[in-house]
This record gives sequence, C-alpha cells and structure tokens, in this order.
Amino acid sequence: MKPPPFEYHDPKTADEALALLGRYGGEARLLAGGQSLVALLNFRLSAPAALIDLNRIAELSYIREEGGQLRFGAMTRQRQIEFSPLVASRLPLMIEATRMVGHLPTRTRGTIGGSIAHADPSAEYPALVTALDGEMVLRGPSGNRVVKPADFFQGFLTTAIAPGEMLVEVRLPVTPAHSGWAFEEFSRRHGDFAIVEVAALLTADGGGRCTMARVAASGVGGTPVRLRPVEEILEQEGLAEKAIAAASVRAAELVDPTSDLHASADYRRHLTRVLTRRALTRAALQAKGNN
Amino acid sequence: MAEPRKVRFKVNGAVREGLAEPRKLLVDFIRDDLGLTGTHIGCEHGICGACTILFNGEAARSCLMLAVQADGAELTTVEGLAAADGKLHPLQEAFWEHHALQCGFCTPGMLMTAYDLLQVNPTPTEEEIRTGLSAVLCRCTGYQGIVEAVKAAAGRMRSSS
Repeated sequence: MKPPPFEYHDPKTADEALALLGRYGGEARLLAGGQSLVALLNFRLSAPAALIDLNRIAELSYIREEGGQLRFGAMTRQRQIEFSPLVASRLPLMIEATRMVGHLPTRTRGTIGGSIAHADPSAEYPALVTALDGEMVLRGPSGNRVVKPADFFQGFLTTAIAPGEMLVEVRLPVTPAHSGWAFEEFSRRHGDFAIVEVAALLTADGGGRCTMARVAASGVGGTPVRLRPVEEILEQEGLAEKAIAAASVRAAELVDPTSDLHASADYRRHLTRVLTRRALTRAALQAKGNN
Repeated sequence: MAEPRKVRFKVNGAVREGLAEPRKLLVDFIRDDLGLTGTHIGCEHGICGACTILFNGEAARSCLMLAVQADGAELTTVEGLAAADGKLHPLQEAFWEHHALQCGFCTPGMLMTAYDLLQVNPTPTEEEIRTGLSAVLCRCTGYQGIVEAVKAAAGRMRSSS
C-alpha cells in the first residue's frame, strides 16, 4: 500500500461533499478521476487528512446544451466526452483536444473537472476553456459563483477554487456556424505531457473576413494564455497566409515560457509560433470550407 | 487510520469480496487479496499501463484506483480473457503467433488495452493501433510484434463476429 493513511468518504450528493469539505477545514482533498491525485498519493507527495471521493455523485456527471453553451458536470469522464455525439456536433474542437488527454485507459476515469481543477499547465482542457473563454461554476457554502478562465487559473497547479469550494460545472460556448478549429500540440510521444499546445477557433464570413478568432497557448508558463493580440490580427487582417504568418510571430512574442528539463524557453517560443501557424492554417481552411 | 471497508465486486464473472483499508490500491487488492497476479504493477503512477484492467468493460489503470472504489463494479483482468475451457482469446493467440512478447511484463496491460481499443474501433489503421498502444510501455519488443498481433487479432475477431 503506497498511499499514506487518510479518512475516506464517498458521498452521494454534491451537498454532502461540500459539508464534508467544510468539516475538514482545508485538510481534505476531493478525489475526482484520480489520474493525477492517486499518483501523487502513491508517491506520497500528497497526504491529506481525508479523501472525499466524488465518484458516486451521479448528479455531477452530465453533458447538456443550454443557453448557447455545452455544460459539463465536473465528474463527466473524458471518455464520455470523447464519444459524445452532442459534443461531436456542437463542439468538435473539444473532441480533438480530448483525444490528446492522456490515453484511452486514463480517459476512462479522468474527468473534465479534475483536469481543470488540477490546472496542470500542460493539460489540454485548461487550454481549451481559456481559448473559448468558458466558465467554471464553483459551489461553496454560500452558493454558486461563475469564474472566467483568466481569473480561474492563477499559477502552476493553482486556481481560484477557495478552501470549502468545489468545481461543479464547466461551460463552453457551442461552435458558431461557419467556423473552423484546430488543437495542435507537441509532445515526445502520443499521450505524454505536451510541451506546448495551441487551441484555435476561427469564424469566417463569406468574404473571407474573420468575424471571430479565439486562440490560446499552453505549456508556456504557469497558466494557459489567451492570445488576444493574435486574435485581433486575424479579425482585422483576415485569414490569408500573410495574416496567419504575422499572427504566429506575434504569438511567440506574447508568451514568456521558462526553461525546464523538457524544453528550453527558446524552444517553447519556437513551438508556439509553429503550432499557432499550423492550428490557424488548418482552422482557417476549414472555416472557409464551412461557408 | 481508517477502518477497513467491505468491498464486493465481480471479477471475471465471479463475485468476490473482502476487506480493504481505503488506501489500498485496486491493483494490490486484485493481486494480494484475490490472488490474481496476472495484473502487473509497474510504475504505480499511471504511466506504464502494466496494471490495466477492464473496469465496467472499459480499460482503466488499477494502480490509480482504490479497491473501495470498485465496490459494486464488474472487473475483467487478464485471467478473464481466455474462455472457461482455457481456449485463448484471439488477441492472446495473435500475441503468441506474432512473438508480441519477450519478458511478458507489459503483456497483461497490452492485452487489456488492445481489447478496449478493438472494442471502440474494430477496424483500426496501423497508426491508430500505435496510438492506442502508446498507453502501455514495453521495454523489450520494440512494439512491432505487438502491432502485428493486434492487427491480426482485429481481422480474426471481425471474421468471427
């Protein structure tokens, strides 16, 4: 047995889980799919007084369309998302991103909420919600609050979730008509932690004008980065090769990565440019084709 | 320390039960308490895939689950792949024929992962097989034999269904 001892609770409702969180006053950890937390327990890098296992809370597992958004219960499995016809039709970029989250056997258990709450800077879902400017619904003793990605991701493995709060829902806007999308990442092997990744969603009108661009990069710092100036270049100059080239150069200027064992800062900047160009080229082609 | 809890689930079709301290990993319970040592423990942090089993019919890492979480579930381990009369599963036959193992340590994880892969995609391309098998690390075969075996098994399973 590798994990250190802990008290264990497996509540059946979100309210019970919240009550337990309050009872342990910051000394308990929520267990979602376990694909990161159980590994941390096995290494004894985490030693909480209690684990509050969310896996028996049926009310936190759903995918539904509401108010122009897809809404995901925090305990929705990545595998459910990967094979969801609703997601495939309303938010295909998410299918592409999901297939890069670990491997099928880890997606069987891994959840959207767990991935976002863990906030690993090389993870796919944080990059996705940042690009799409989605919303995180946090529930605490005094009710729900909705947090945008720019406020939610605060640093390496650090989020706006306060002690006593839990992430209960993730909301992403459905894809507008006449859009193209791409999720590009570089990792040494499929399923490895990505070194850099870029998510892009482009919407075009019939004249080749870009009416909306959404671009974010990840793996280039402690949090995913929404590349608003890149989006502005595309929205002003369109989706031709020249604009995409300029936007890609701008992307590399906007990120401020650090060097680590896996890649130097310069290499990460280089990857940001290359992956932005690839993502924008593919998304633009598709957006034009969907007109 | 938390009290042991009673856990009861189906493994390879048979109901099994026992007591597990909450921190006991599912893979340890499967091996030590149930005596099913076909499931291997490699890295214990979800990277190597040697401990992959089917959890309610879907491949999952048993080193990243607690035994208590499996209460009420249906599990299949590598011991459950072959038929009751001992006839090997087409995947196992293909692994044998294509020399898809050397030391055999990763083989249970490879088989369970390949089983799930073919379940969601019965006609995978070679690239899709390689992507799927990247979920399990093999340190001796160079993967070629494993890829060939999965390809062969896919064909055999299609023609027999």
